[in-house]
Amino acid sequence: MHQWDFASVLANREALLVGAIGTLRIFAICLVAGLSLGFIVGLGRYSRNRLFYWPATAFTEFFRNTPVLVQILWFYFALPILVPFSIGPLAAAAMGISLNSAAFSAEIFRGGIQSIDRGQWDGARAIGMTAGQAMRRIVLPQALRRMTPALTNRAIEIFKMSTLASAVAYVELLQQGKLIASLNFNPIEAYTAVAVIFFVCLWPLVQLTYVLERRLGRSE
Amino acid sequence: MTLLSLRGITKRFDGKPVLAGIDLDVARGERIAILGASGSGKSTLLRCVNFLELPDEGSVALDGETVGRRERELTRVRQRIGMVFQQFNLFPHMTALDNVMEGLVTVRRVAKAAARERAERELARVGLADKAAAYPAHLSGGQKQRVAIARAVAMDPELLLFDEPTSALDPELVGEVLGVIRALADEGRTMLLVTHELGFAYHVATRVIFLAEGRIHESGAPDEVLKAPRRERTQAFLRRHKEFSL
Ligand SMILES: Nc1ncnc2c1ncn2[C@@H]1O[C@H](COP(=O)(O)OP(=O)(O)O)[C@@H](O)[C@H]1O
Ligand SMILES: [Mg+2]
Repeated sequence: MHQWDFASVLANREALLVGAIGTLRIFAICLVAGLSLGFIVGLGRYSRNRLFYWPATAFTEFFRNTPVLVQILWFYFALPILVPFSIGPLAAAAMGISLNSAAFSAEIFRGGIQSIDRGQWDGARAIGMTAGQAMRRIVLPQALRRMTPALTNRAIEIFKMSTLASAVAYVELLQQGKLIASLNFNPIEAYTAVAVIFFVCLWPLVQLTYVLERRLGRSE
Repeated sequence: MTLLSLRGITKRFDGKPVLAGIDLDVARGERIAILGASGSGKSTLLRCVNFLELPDEGSVALDGETVGRRERELTRVRQRIGMVFQQFNLFPHMTALDNVMEGLVTVRRVAKAAARERAERELARVGLADKAAAYPAHLSGGQKQRVAIARAVAMDPELLLFDEPTSALDPELVGEVLGVIRALADEGRTMLLVTHELGFAYHVATRVIFLAEGRIHESGAPDEVLKAPRRERTQAFLRRHKEFSL
């Protein structure tokens, strides 16, 4: 029977705090970069112009069908051999996770925009809106509301994918957990603590998006 | 004075000609009812007037100026032409008031306060002052269509296009919408009106045209076209609508 002993974990709470900050940092970067790039790629996928459609499609297919971990390792270990500069663990991990998230969220954006009735474009164009105004004022707000559940899932996925950054020794929660486990020989407590911290961070985030969804849905 | 001039408007979908050379001149203050069987291209014709569809051939001139094909020109022309759709196409994420304000604020860059005042007046005019804060989902079909009309009229259009504005409505709601259109007609506004309400067309239109095979098959005063049509297809169409009373 295992004797649970969280004292050794608590003793390292500062290391965990540093890890949590590292996790939040890479999460924030990847969320913004991944979703912004995903929106642009999604517009390309939605476009009827081949000049936009084909590059966006190639991008989506490539990054959806290669493992994020491989990309992170590639950016960290292979890229510096090919180009005359090296990139740090954060940049390598953030690139891998962001590009993957962009590919997946591009499909969410494309699908969301496509799901809006053509009549909405007609209504917007008929009062003299440009395509950009119609997208920004009429189509996108409605599409975003429909996409909220899917984008929420993406955000959660990004948060969890951040642990992959430990593969290149970026200081985040899992990396710190590993460190604590190896120094104190307490893998059960260390990894349990990491899992609990993830849950405590993510759960309120998800609740917040439920509130958001309800607020967005008030016109229905 | 001619406001709108269509010359040789042609439109094909998937190779199939829907409009096969439409010529039409509309003077200011004219109200033209457009009749035709389902699928005869009535909607397509209206949509070519404000370039929601680009004609394959032919030209559209507004106020004597032929409209080019650059996006900026099309946008500017659409600001001068209001359109009311069969399915309303209100913006569901905005209140009735915001729907009416949207064009003023986003397109015409009118200050918020002035736009609100104008939108409130337009809503009052269609009898919906008390529904300003309601979202479209909470309005009846007739109310939605009246908001849509207010949205179009708020932009001070020189020309109004109505595409079967009452066809999606329950019969008991048709009257309130026709009443609003009637009031606009009485103000002397220029309009193109696609409708199956032949009685309404008879009383409101200054001219009636009948579309068939992508062309204007017959055209004339309501008394001529609706009461004494000369062409056989027009007669057959009107016989099928014989339940209407003039
Ligand atoms: N966007 C489109 N793509 C393909 N076919 C279309 C499109 N719009 C209209 N059509 C076709 O053009 C014909 C005329 O349509 P429409 O102008 O809507 O007729 P109406 O309004 O008189 O009922 C129909 O056969 C319709 O199927
Ligand atoms: Mg139609």
